Amino acid sequence: MILHSERGPLAGRRTSSAVAGTVASSERKLALWNIGFAYTAFLIGTFCGLIQVFMRNEMIQLPAWLDYYQVLTVHGVTLALVYTTFFIYAFLITGMSKALGSFGPKVARWSWIGFFVAAAGTVWATIEILSGRASVLYTFYAPLKASGWFYVSLALLIIGTWIISFALIAHYVKWRKANPGVMSPLFAFMTISTLAMWIIACLGVVAAVVFMFIPWAFGWVDTINVELSRTLFWFFGHPLVYFWLLPAYMAWYLVVPKLLGTKVFSDSLARLSFLLFILFSIPVGLHHQLTEPGVADFWKFLQVTLTFMVVIPTLMTAFSLFATFEISGRQKGAKGWFGWVGKLPWNDIRFTSLFIAMVFFIPGGAGGIINTSFQLNELVHNTLWVVGHFHITVGTPVAMTFMGISFWLIPYLTGRTLTKTTKKLAFIQIISWSVGMLLMSTAQHVLGLLGAPRRTQHSNYSDHPTVLGWFDGFFSNTATLAIGGIILFFSAMLLIVIVFRLWLIEPRSEEGDLYAEFPIAESDASATPRWLENWWIWLGIAVALILLAYTFPITHMIQDAPPGSKGFINW
Amino acid sequence: MHLHKFEKIWLIFGIAMLAVFLGIVGVQAFTQGQTPAGGLKKIDPEKVDVTAPFDNPGVHQLNDDTYEVVIKAMAYGYEPSEIEVPAGKEIIFKVTSKDVIHSFTIPNTKVNMMIVPGQINEKSYTFKEPGTYLILCNEYCGTGHHFMHTEIEVVEE
Repeated sequence: MILHSERGPLAGRRTSSAVAGTVASSERKLALWNIGFAYTAFLIGTFCGLIQVFMRNEMIQLPAWLDYYQVLTVHGVTLALVYTTFFIYAFLITGMSKALGSFGPKVARWSWIGFFVAAAGTVWATIEILSGRASVLYTFYAPLKASGWFYVSLALLIIGTWIISFALIAHYVKWRKANPGVMSPLFAFMTISTLAMWIIACLGVVAAVVFMFIPWAFGWVDTINVELSRTLFWFFGHPLVYFWLLPAYMAWYLVVPKLLGTKVFSDSLARLSFLLFILFSIPVGLHHQLTEPGVADFWKFLQVTLTFMVVIPTLMTAFSLFATFEISGRQKGAKGWFGWVGKLPWNDIRFTSLFIAMVFFIPGGAGGIINTSFQLNELVHNTLWVVGHFHITVGTPVAMTFMGISFWLIPYLTGRTLTKTTKKLAFIQIISWSVGMLLMSTAQHVLGLLGAPRRTQHSNYSDHPTVLGWFDGFFSNTATLAIGGIILFFSAMLLIVIVFRLWLIEPRSEEGDLYAEFPIAESDASATPRWLENWWIWLGIAVALILLAYTFPITHMIQDAPPGSKGFINW
Repeated sequence: MHLHKFEKIWLIFGIAMLAVFLGIVGVQAFTQGQTPAGGLKKIDPEKVDVTAPFDNPGVHQLNDDTYEVVIKAMAYGYEPSEIEVPAGKEIIFKVTSKDVIHSFTIPNTKVNMMIVPGQINEKSYTFKEPGTYLILCNEYCGTGHHFMHTEIEVVEE
């Protein structure tokens, strides 16, 4: 028999998940440190973005000790890796404490250790990059060779995240043992899915860094197997994007229905979609390597097929979300086909920010289908199109969801409230981000189709006529890209002001204050089949799919390898 | 597990679309040879200059309708730097790298190849229109990456 999690022995400690009540102070502190670290990275990263759009238009020159590619590397690392990762852990730590009860001393201690290890790795990597020892971009493709310590610092960052992940998993295992036969709360289930995917995904990059890059960079071995190192990187690189996305999905599945005053549309479908994301996010990395030699077409196509399977949980998610919108609208008396649209709480910034984030994901997902469509990839691979693509996937759906979460998570953790003034600022911030991103990403998509390369400093390529096409239209213009970028930077600075206010300036919240709550919707697990929480089944299928997709290509790369490459320092 | 009727329709429609998409892509790839650049030939990256066909880079006519263009990439250029091929003929590009990863990309065409040291990448393409086409590197290869480009002259037959 399946019981709702609320009936577990620990239920009394945390009342109902729908009722306000903050988490233990040690978790609050830990989450705030993670958020503080995340927004420091956000500040640095968005500033680097601004420098890049100026440089693309030859509006500024950098001092001699700094070059475009260092700025680009810092932009990518601070925003795509640091802001996302640390914010995600803040969200998961707070949510896990709320959903399963306060952390025990061991879980708390290891979470702190993990945070400091990851933070130390990040700071160290940034120093290596800025001191000019690691201008290898955040994909660090061999045989460009950074200092050995750069790879060590990357390993520390990943090990740090693993420590926090295992601490959270231990917290969950303890809860499962104390609540035998009970489905875990949906927030905990989704957290564990995300962490399981992350830990498996990191195996690829850890293998590459520890067994290939570090011995090579310190000179213990002379050469590196380039194609193998790329393949192991992309084994990690694609699920990395799902690691950013799944916590945003958690907010869409769990926070949105609460804000709309309704329940999760279907507990079992929500769980199933997360499990499918584990299965179809990892054995797909070759779709980032479609235009390169060393892998037979059959294996590229097999992984393209597996990549496409992610459409299924995506469609399930889209259906659940729109069903939630419509159900809540009808409960409030909406009539007709689209009457529910008007009943959505548009003046609630917590909702509107997440809604806009979801809307951006529609063209973002469609672009992703184009990118992974085998031969079609040749038209867009490594062009600015790809840059446009991830600015409307991670740069808006994910990042704006995290902004939307910040508007209540920071007050929840600091015990403050979101005043009317800050709420107005938040609306300006979200709208300016949307406008800036629309301009910038559209220009990037169009310029990419016209052949403009990504990750490339401004160049007129000897005034070739093709290049003139990058400056003559409204969207086919790097100036439009820059205007979008400037608006985005304004929005980013506004967000920093908002975070600062929510952290230190806003008045203390009072009883019943909406913005000082952690909104988690109820999810009825009474009809959810037990096999959805049998991890052995799902992790087993995930491993089987990975073996199917990767055994042959990787064996080929090792057994039939060309002579390796020595390192190059082209900076 | 309960599925709402509309959700069943939505998912069946979505999965059917998926099958159609993948079917089109797969049929084009494997029956019409429209696969992205690739190949399984390898080479010693230290000995590119003395290994065939890269010991003799440039344009070679294979038969009446087919030409081979052999190109070595290095930071920050391509060898040979002057390439001239006829329009309307099949051109087979063969590229490799003497140092780091680069790309061989001709904007506004399907030619967009990663160049990986140790591997030889191949792509067949037929230019319809004569003209001077830009070739550029779109994979970061060092501080001079944005200077890495050349041109290909496509002439009337």
